[in-house]
Amino acid sequence: MSARASNRIFDIVNITFVSLFVLFCLLPFVHMIAVSLSSNRAITSGEVTLFPVELNWSAYTQVFSDHSMLTSLGFTVILTVATTLLCMLFTIAAAYPLTKGNLKGRKFFMYLIVITMFFSGGIIPEYLLIRDLHMINTVWALILPGLVSPFNLIILITFFKNIPPSLEESAEIDGSSYMHTLIKIVLPLSLPVMATLALFYAVGRWNGFQDALMYINDPQIYPLQLKLFQMVQNNMVTELTQMEGANRTALTPEALKAATVIFATVPILLVYPWLQKYFVSGVMLGAVKG
Amino acid sequence: MTLTKATQATKTGDFGKRKSYIKRYWQLYALLSLPIAYFLIFRYGPMYGVQIAFKDFNLFQGINGSEWIGLEAFREVFAMNDFYITLRNTFMLNFLDLLVSFPAPIILAIMLYEIRNAWFKKISQTLLYIPHFISWVIIGGIVYQLFGTQSGMVNTVLQAMGMDAIPFLTDKNSWLITYLFTGVWQSAGWGTILYLAALTGVNRELFEAADVDGASRMKKIWHITLPSIKPTIITLLILNLGKMVSIGFDRPYIIGNTAVREYSDVLSTFVYRIGLEAGQYTLATVVGLFQAVVGLVFILGSNYISKKVTGDGIL
Repeated sequence: MSARASNRIFDIVNITFVSLFVLFCLLPFVHMIAVSLSSNRAITSGEVTLFPVELNWSAYTQVFSDHSMLTSLGFTVILTVATTLLCMLFTIAAAYPLTKGNLKGRKFFMYLIVITMFFSGGIIPEYLLIRDLHMINTVWALILPGLVSPFNLIILITFFKNIPPSLEESAEIDGSSYMHTLIKIVLPLSLPVMATLALFYAVGRWNGFQDALMYINDPQIYPLQLKLFQMVQNNMVTELTQMEGANRTALTPEALKAATVIFATVPILLVYPWLQKYFVSGVMLGAVKG
Repeated sequence: MTLTKATQATKTGDFGKRKSYIKRYWQLYALLSLPIAYFLIFRYGPMYGVQIAFKDFNLFQGINGSEWIGLEAFREVFAMNDFYITLRNTFMLNFLDLLVSFPAPIILAIMLYEIRNAWFKKISQTLLYIPHFISWVIIGGIVYQLFGTQSGMVNTVLQAMGMDAIPFLTDKNSWLITYLFTGVWQSAGWGTILYLAALTGVNRELFEAADVDGASRMKKIWHITLPSIKPTIITLLILNLGKMVSIGFDRPYIIGNTAVREYSDVLSTFVYRIGLEAGQYTLATVVGLFQAVVGLVFILGSNYISKKVTGDGIL
């Protein structure tokens, strides 16, 4: 076999394998979409694989007419935006001073922050703290405990340090204050990394589940994930009761669950492709130690 | 003595210096005060609360009012059967995950690197990264739909091919497959980023020289591509070994269930269950503290190993 032909075969095999892996990542979504658009009869008899059977939109009509679901979505959107803004504010406020080598106490503050990456009090003391601060069942329990991620902070410090010092120095000679330099010079130069960190914070909040499970039991402020979880648990009940042969008529229809899952996934898929190039560079920045 | 020193200092102008230092830097300290307050309250606050591991804590007396009991709670935890089961499960799930989920991104990154059609490569990467952004709750919803014994798609397909249905969710051994599947599915694509980044630094001339020698593609992968990501592989492997005792809460809690608890109950879910569900705050804090301390030992240990092996620490 000639080298050219073996090269060609290699390419074909390689592309096939990569395509299979891409399919492996996508098929679960395709299946969920198919289920969400199928009739309950077809789903429970196992007829649905990758295409809808007995196509209908009723599951989506139901999701969009479910008042509590829309409330939860609206609340989660606002919560995510507010959390992301506050997290960015605090992370920037920590990162900028810590890039100034001649700031007294800088080393001490760095240690104070880095230690928390390797040791934490654990969830029980944290729960008791939130309880003592009277934050149970308030949005603050979902916002404040995760305000600054030391990991993200180090990414930002690394990035700030790489900005040519001459740019800042010339502003300082002109008598510009640190605050002014930060806002007018440093931040505009850091938009890509800030987009990355904002995405990390936003995804973290959007997907966050454990804190909601621990701190929130008022349905008015259920984040979407907690609401979804109750349906997933419902699914599990289905699975376990099937083992015991109990009836399942009282449970949430499968199509509705699938439609809800799709409903909660779509916002991420809408935002994500636009930011892809930023966060890839962000991950690499994170790999460079601070 | 100190007084005279202070007056001397003022005389020689230190006071003026300090004043100008504050005048120059106050904005930076003002900025820093917010996040430092955050760290002190929300990160160090819980560390103060860790003392209840050594106290007979009850909610009414609070952290300071509860009585000291020394190591009694530790003795009680170390006598609990469930503690050892969850400890074993934590190691077992992490180890199996490492075995399956660690090599996957390496293989995938090499395959992506070999793709010469830039357009196909970019689309593939975009799609492969998506699962990383999907929450465990959503993955849980998908998993129950896919792996259900009665009407799950996987079992429907298996049965159509004449095989028996596999109880992926309710039999503990089959459940391990489900657990590992979710790990590969979620992390394999995302994990390629660091390897692909390492590969952008490879000198293309090496491949050209290999072409002149008539090396096959597989030979080139083995002798050029793989060695150039070897440092990344080793560093990430050591980093992963350092995290063997730490395990997230969401994945085992959501993918697991009461039928497979013998395998799905890990330290993080155990702490939640005995602490917040059963209200045994002291015992749960002991388990959490044990996990934090052992975790720290593992991290420091792996940092030491990393320094020995690669000449560079991971911290």
